[in-house]
Amino acid sequence: MKLTQGLKMAVKSVLSNKLRTILSMLGILIGVATVIALVAMGKASSNEVAEQVSSLGSPNSLSVTILGRGTVTTLSVDEANELGDVSNIAGVAPVTSATGYAKYGKTEVSVTVEGITAAYEEVKDFPVQDGRYIASPDIKNNTKVALIGVDTATDLFEDEGEDPSAAVGKKITINGYQFTIVGLLESQGSSLTGSNDEKILIPVTTAQKIFQTKGVSTINLTVTDTELMARTVTAIEAVLYEKFRGNENAYRVLNQEEAMKTLNSVNETMNRQLIYVAIISLIVGGIGIMNIMLVSVTERTREIGIRKSLGAKKRDILFQFLVEAVCISGLGGALGIGLGYIASVIIGVVMQTETEVPIDTVWLAFAFSALVGVVFGYLPANKAAGLRPVDALRHD
Amino acid sequence: MSMHTNAPLIEMSNVTKFYMMAREKTTVLHEVSLKVAHGDFLAIVGPSGSGKSTLMNIIGCLDLPSEGSYKLEGMEVTGQSDNKLAEMRNKKIGFIFQGYHLLPKLTALENCELPLIYRGLPGKERRMRAMDALERVGLGQRMHHRQNELSGGQQQRVAIARALATNPPMLLADEPTGALDSKTGMEVLSMMEELNRTGQTIVLITHDMEVAKRASRTVIIRDGVLTEHVRERRDGDETYTGPQDGSQERIVQQA
Repeated sequence: MKLTQGLKMAVKSVLSNKLRTILSMLGILIGVATVIALVAMGKASSNEVAEQVSSLGSPNSLSVTILGRGTVTTLSVDEANELGDVSNIAGVAPVTSATGYAKYGKTEVSVTVEGITAAYEEVKDFPVQDGRYIASPDIKNNTKVALIGVDTATDLFEDEGEDPSAAVGKKITINGYQFTIVGLLESQGSSLTGSNDEKILIPVTTAQKIFQTKGVSTINLTVTDTELMARTVTAIEAVLYEKFRGNENAYRVLNQEEAMKTLNSVNETMNRQLIYVAIISLIVGGIGIMNIMLVSVTERTREIGIRKSLGAKKRDILFQFLVEAVCISGLGGALGIGLGYIASVIIGVVMQTETEVPIDTVWLAFAFSALVGVVFGYLPANKAAGLRPVDALRHD
Repeated sequence: MSMHTNAPLIEMSNVTKFYMMAREKTTVLHEVSLKVAHGDFLAIVGPSGSGKSTLMNIIGCLDLPSEGSYKLEGMEVTGQSDNKLAEMRNKKIGFIFQGYHLLPKLTALENCELPLIYRGLPGKERRMRAMDALERVGLGQRMHHRQNELSGGQQQRVAIARALATNPPMLLADEPTGALDSKTGMEVLSMMEELNRTGQTIVLITHDMEVAKRASRTVIIRDGVLTEHVRERRDGDETYTGPQDGSQERIVQQA
């Protein structure tokens, strides 16, 4: 018997008993749909993590947070700038941050005020769209100039009937001190640490004065060579260890890659567990097919006898039943993929995330469901093929 | 018809069939010997339990003899593998069963194509031969009907067409009229006679002596022993010389 003919015959048989086919494919269908939906969900959450982590800074960035524990609790701006002497460090931007009240006319908003140095622009890759940046003379002279984020500009000026985009040159007060806005920052969206557009940047020395703080709270760093990240982190930790007299709790060094790795590993562990559950459901689906096929062999014993009496060989019958099982599981797989797609779209809408179904997962799910058909179809097919024609014909 | 070999179509010598049931040996066929030439129309008659079904299964290569030799067109059947038996059934035998044994989900044409599929013929030739066979049994108009759309007689004719489609040297009919009323039964038998006249070898198994009378030669099986029934044919077409009283039986000892 020819292969194509066998396929045709099996497909016909599968289609001619629709209820049985649908019932037996249900397990596989649900299993595959689950796999697709879960993978899409996992993909969505890892995309989200990647996006958030990348908003923390480019891959070559590093940050040191001063936690202020132990005997030495602060690090001065100059000490922070010394980290630039560590090899592979390209830029250092120490930041001191506090919450202040900005006021323009009658509008007052609570906003994060960051004291920065001129290096901030380059290290954080956060330029102005209008006006000028804070420069070294501003730091030296404690001038009261400010850069303003777009959202804060909107909050502050819109209610006063002013155009937020024309913020440069306006005078505002921060905690009672008058500042001149010299630059409007580019919009950067929000990250894990909150909105980047709701802030005011002022010279670090001015910030220390008006908020009465010493030292810096965060040091942003960039490296020349991303490959040497791990070594650079170690070197910085060594410098800080010295500065804080061996108190490791006083500071924390974070790099973006590590943050991504940590977040993704959580994600991956969860995804893997979900996939295991889905595989179990596929196997259960396969057992469902096996059951139906076994019943079908009994039910069709006479048909098998007739086919054998007409010259069907053992392998013809085996092939027929195997192909039927694979057709059922493959069809279930295909429909499951469709259902999974729909589910992933719905999940995406409900959870408001961007779900994604990778094409290799689709192929894998389909191949696996066909394999389930082969594995679980073999036992019933073999049973059918092994029937003796005399007994099979007598069966009714 | 396939007369390419000089060997008799069926040559059985001392075929014995026994089953082991609860460690007890039950012998169903006792040293049966039978020879059927090409072109014969043989009836095997016996009451139920006589072993005629077992004999039919062996003749039809559905089952193997326990002992003895069975040659089909000169090919030894005893001891053959399942695959070889399937091939022989496909090439040498056209089955006509009492219960028609059509596949209900297939049309008449598809049923007739089935043995040709297992022979591995290409689709076009299959279709042509199946249509041809259906034309021969007078069902050219009902090719695309399913079993439940056909009367009993028509179903049996589809079964005959299916048996003929492979152009086998032998038609093996097991109670072909058993499920039919006497009128359609007669029609089916007439058709078989007609086929035999064109040279088709037919082996017919029945319990009905009336049906057996239509055959040119009759053997009787009783308790697993085969005896030749020698008689004159009612139409005077003399095939066998022998006692003319039509009621004698003698043990077949041809082999």
